[in-house]
Amino acid sequence: MEKQEYQKRVEQVTPKVKSAGTFFKAFLSGGIICVIGQILYNWFYSMGMPHLIANNYTTLILITTSILLTGFGLVSPIVKFAGAGYLVPITGFANSVASCAIEFKREGQVFGIGSQIFAIAGPVILYGTVTSALFGAIYYVILQIGWVG
Amino acid sequence: MVYLKAFLVGGLICGLVQILMDKTKLLPGRIMVLLVCTGVTAGVLGLYRPLVEFAGAGATVPLCGFGYSLWEGIRTAINDDGFIGIFKGGFTASSIGISASILISYIASLIFDPKMKK
Repeated sequence: MEKQEYQKRVEQVTPKVKSAGTFFKAFLSGGIICVIGQILYNWFYSMGMPHLIANNYTTLILITTSILLTGFGLVSPIVKFAGAGYLVPITGFANSVASCAIEFKREGQVFGIGSQIFAIAGPVILYGTVTSALFGAIYYVILQIGWVG
Repeated sequence: MVYLKAFLVGGLICGLVQILMDKTKLLPGRIMVLLVCTGVTAGVLGLYRPLVEFAGAGATVPLCGFGYSLWEGIRTAINDDGFIGIFKGGFTASSIGISASILISYIASLIFDPKMKK
């Protein structure tokens, strides 16, 4: 087979394989992160913590670990493999907050770190709040009318 | 068994989002907003609580779980305190995720320097 022909074949074949590959990589790594979360939760719960507090500590440990990984520059290689598997769990949220803060520290405390720390967290918090408050208002009205117990 | 459920459900959510990212080329920021809003909506429709009961961390660790806890916080606060709960509930429930991310990131920004891109 000619080299050019071979290149064409590679181009034709690569995307499909890659797509299936990225799904399984994301599945595998996302699943592992969730299992780590579950192990942490069970551990805290077995120490006698109530359900919500155990959940809170799990979140705290995952976030702290992720931010440390970000600080040491280890997240890019992980994301290269895991893709959404690292971005979708709370670890991805923590990473985006930390990486913005670290990236813009040269621009100063207020307009560097202060503003940029919310570059990704801001939209997430804003639209999370807007959506839930909107549904909350509807829920409140429904309660007042007396449709739901 | 709990771990298997967490693995399968958490993995599946990540895998599906990966397909969405591959198909639409949406940036991570948009994906995260989408996930949180999806979590809130799924919470409102009563779909997310059964998922959390089934899969535990498999449903709470992904960012849609963050949206779900926002909604749960607001719903509980409205039940307890009425109208003011609309404004109060969301941040109560999600306070750990937000405060911890911001606080620890701030400390990290004091310690670490930006990495040179190779």
